[in-house]
Amino acid sequence: MTPPPSPERQLVAALGKRRIEMVVIGGSAGGVDALVSLLPGLPSSFTPSVACILHVPADRESRLADVFALRAALPVREARDKEPILPGTVYFAGSGYHLSVENDRSFSLSCEAPVQYARPAIDILMESAADVYGDALAGILLTGANYDGADGMCRIRENGGLTIVQDPEEAQASTMPEEAIRRCAPHLVLPLAAIRAVLPLLETP
Amino acid sequence: MTKTPSDFDIELRMLIEAVYLKYNYDFRDYTGASQKRRVLVAMREMECETVSELQSRVLHEPNGFAQLLQYLTIPVTEMFRDPDYFAAVREHVVPLLRTYPSLKIWVAGCSTGEEVYSLAILLHEEGLLERSIIYATDINPESLDAARRGVFPLERMRLYTENYQKSGGKGAFSDYYTAAYGGALFERFLTENVTFADHSLSTDSVFSETHYVSCRNVLIYFNRRLQDRVLGLFHDSLCHRGFLGLGSKESIDFSSYADRFEPLARRERVFRKVGA
Repeated sequence: MTPPPSPERQLVAALGKRRIEMVVIGGSAGGVDALVSLLPGLPSSFTPSVACILHVPADRESRLADVFALRAALPVREARDKEPILPGTVYFAGSGYHLSVENDRSFSLSCEAPVQYARPAIDILMESAADVYGDALAGILLTGANYDGADGMCRIRENGGLTIVQDPEEAQASTMPEEAIRRCAPHLVLPLAAIRAVLPLLETP
Repeated sequence: MTKTPSDFDIELRMLIEAVYLKYNYDFRDYTGASQKRRVLVAMREMECETVSELQSRVLHEPNGFAQLLQYLTIPVTEMFRDPDYFAAVREHVVPLLRTYPSLKIWVAGCSTGEEVYSLAILLHEEGLLERSIIYATDINPESLDAARRGVFPLERMRLYTENYQKSGGKGAFSDYYTAAYGGALFERFLTENVTFADHSLSTDSVFSETHYVSCRNVLIYFNRRLQDRVLGLFHDSLCHRGFLGLGSKESIDFSSYADRFEPLARRERVFRKVGA
């Protein structure tokens, strides 16, 4: 019996001819810990933009960008309204507002009703990014205890982007990755350590 | 790399253009992603399969546009929303407003009026309401009607009371309303000096000199061109060294007016017009 191909080989095969320019990462319960192990995997030479959403209580000012700035080789900051999206930069969605990507590749904020009880909602960021970046987008959905993100991952896949979901077996909360797997048949389902290992390969030289 | 617009995007642009040509409501410079989502909600609620079908309803049915307008505008608001903002207004703006014998205040994009009542309460407690004229403007006539009625859902009062206390409120919040008509009816004296008026930030011009403009969570729905226009209106309307309050995540950094306003309370988004 041949062993399964390494995560690296799986990624290269799934990536195909795509040239990734933006990576969207979403998570909820357990997401902070998951990101703590993922983000340091990005080398300082990484050129795609990275946008992260973790659900945090709306009434608390989100300090995520500050927390992760100390742990990442790339610049990390909270995404601001009308801010042009730069390559090689990690953005976090702030609390209390939805974050979207606009056609001119800038961010916008909005206060529409929460989606799946969440604001910011992973679905909204992923769907709007998928509409703008098409097959140049990679979506990564991590641990979480609700259904946010499944619609977003489906849209990324429909628009030609690459979809990666954390293996629910090892996720701190399995609901979110399970729902995405059930709904949109992601390209890759990998444990966190493997996602970390393949992150730098999302950039095709 | 420019992506070809999808059929949906093309139809959406035609809908927005049609609304402008027929009703003179200009949504052409609203941010795309949020507008797209709201049109999708309108299609679902108004039972239209395509944007073209929605467009046909909006053009040909008597009530079509009034219905769509409720989806295109976002009436998400609360009283004393972001209490820190109101605390900063009390601390930094009120002492300077006191120096004027009479005051003109503009609440731009007032929606259903929660912000107007909040400011009126604050000004009342600071002894400034009687010498103030407040212009409360919006493009949505249904929202303006609701704002004039001043009846808000009773179940919201708990949150609003909390907000009011956090904002540095000096009295008992329940003194400002009576439970009536299945809601909380706010005291008439609060809006005696308020003029609710139809005004579009995208197409109308400045109507008065003002000392303080509060426009919160409105600019985020506008693209940079429209944001610039609106900040220009505020700049023209404000008197020398007048005040501008924005939403808690709004910034002027990416606008061409970035250096025409200086932060007075940076985190709470209270700005002051830079002197000539």
